[in-house]
Amino acid sequence: MAERDGCVPGDWVEAERVVLEPADRAAGLPEDTARQPLKMWVKGFACQSARIGEEVEVETMTGRLVRGTLTDVLPGYTHTFGRPPAELASVGRNLRVRVAAYREREGR
Amino acid sequence: MGGRSQEVLARRGEIMRRALGFDYAAFERTPIAFDYEGLMASHGLSLDDVRAIQRAAGVGGTPLIELRNLTDLVRSYAEPGYGARIFVKDEAANLAGSFKDRRASVSIHVARERGYEGVIAATSGNYGAAVASQAARAGLKCIIVQEAFDSRHVGQPEIIEKSRLCEAFGAEVVQLTVGPELFVVMLELLEETGYFAASLYSPFGVAGIETLGYEIAEQMRGLTGAPPTHVVVTHAGGGNTTGTARGLRKAGAHETQVISASVDLTGLHMASDTDFNRKSFTTGHTGFGVPFATWPDRADVPRNAARALRYMDRYVTVSQGEVFYATEALAKLEGLERGPSGNTALAAALAIARDLPRDATVVVQETEYTGAGKHHWSQLAFARENGIEVRAGDPADNVPGKSIVIPERPEQIRARDVDLDRLRRSYVRNALEHAPAGYEPTAEDVAFLAEDAHTTPEAVERIVAELRG
Repeated sequence: MAERDGCVPGDWVEAERVVLEPADRAAGLPEDTARQPLKMWVKGFACQSARIGEEVEVETMTGRLVRGTLTDVLPGYTHTFGRPPAELASVGRNLRVRVAAYREREGR
Repeated sequence: MGGRSQEVLARRGEIMRRALGFDYAAFERTPIAFDYEGLMASHGLSLDDVRAIQRAAGVGGTPLIELRNLTDLVRSYAEPGYGARIFVKDEAANLAGSFKDRRASVSIHVARERGYEGVIAATSGNYGAAVASQAARAGLKCIIVQEAFDSRHVGQPEIIEKSRLCEAFGAEVVQLTVGPELFVVMLELLEETGYFAASLYSPFGVAGIETLGYEIAEQMRGLTGAPPTHVVVTHAGGGNTTGTARGLRKAGAHETQVISASVDLTGLHMASDTDFNRKSFTTGHTGFGVPFATWPDRADVPRNAARALRYMDRYVTVSQGEVFYATEALAKLEGLERGPSGNTALAAALAIARDLPRDATVVVQETEYTGAGKHHWSQLAFARENGIEVRAGDPADNVPGKSIVIPERPEQIRARDVDLDRLRRSYVRNALEHAPAGYEPTAEDVAFLAEDAHTTPEAVERIVAELRG
């Protein structure tokens, strides 16, 4: 979610646009994909002031100018490691015990 | 497909010629056969040249580490006298965290030599970060086109992390929803920018992987006095298998068995918006592994330099839960937190080593970097959020897209063989279908198909007769 509701020129932002409407998509797609538009998101420096949801032009890292709808200002990342899955929590302990028992059997 | 896409696709040949700086037509022989070795030699770089390029680029020369604790774990339940020594090639030690740096380094070298201002690659995998990293070092601009989200704008944590890393290295990342039209977007970008196509499947990219097979043979000679008896390679588009096998041969390791391994995602449609987030692996899976083995020329270049079927002595699959288990075991027993997708070969190797004598040596190729998002915990949490059942049990009960079954014991990890003859038949059928209607394969075609499918001309003739009959 954007923390700011709009950008000024020079802000690092994200813009979204539709590349292909459903009618223009490739033949032979699964039905669930065929009914969706092909969408694109790019990030770059805003060329104008805009509010989230308004049209904006951005200059990307390669210097391309791309028009789209402003979706985020200072877009970041929130992916994490998450909690340990219970099914894996004891794997390390169990395997260490097994290796130690094997070595003892082997007289090492 | 709409008019604009059709127009772009019609210009495909011309766009790719300009974006690669050479014409594949020079290597075509017949409607079926082409001069593969001629294509592979076309860049004029020797293996030593490639090694020098990679040294200068900060790529390669990665550690090869013996996994003594995992070896003993396998021996603890193998039959007496069985349980091969297991080693791993730690490709995560490359700058951008995977063996893909090797591919990228050669492509970026060629792009710079030929005066391109920038490079473009279409990939949701580690290759994007590799190209972005190498482009940053070479002072080239870089665009990475990714299939990143489903129609809800939800992406797998693993892919989102790869977007982040590409951006960290200064690349422009074009993120798309699910669909094969990604290729059209890439062509439009190549046309708009005039950049170099840093395809995963060009001869430059695959030449970059040969150093990996070469290093494995050299390092194993240093550690054990001989090349490995087996190398298990995580297999998706075919580059890893092809380059590793070619490098082993160049190092004189002709006896080494090359075993490709993929995660079994049978039943999931790779172009489906809903299936997109029902898989917990974004690469190293059968959704790429099987189609690319049976028709490599589906790639973004006219002829794919990665031709896995030529080089695989065996092809096995493992399940998602088995790879997550192996990932956890690698961290806890060997102090190596890697993967998860790259640990596909590790999971397979644990099963394969069990059935090999103790004096056999198995090298696991590859590892890849891990981090927030690109981690087995986050992939499992995401699977649960997307309605996949995650439970402990017998991994044989796993159903791709519905359940992930984490083994309760390492003995439950199994490498399931894919019938290579079935893949060969499918490959020959694809080759015939892509030739003009009514075209009769010549003796040259049969010889080419036999080599490309790692079989005999007689076997190819039999398959052709059966398909025609």
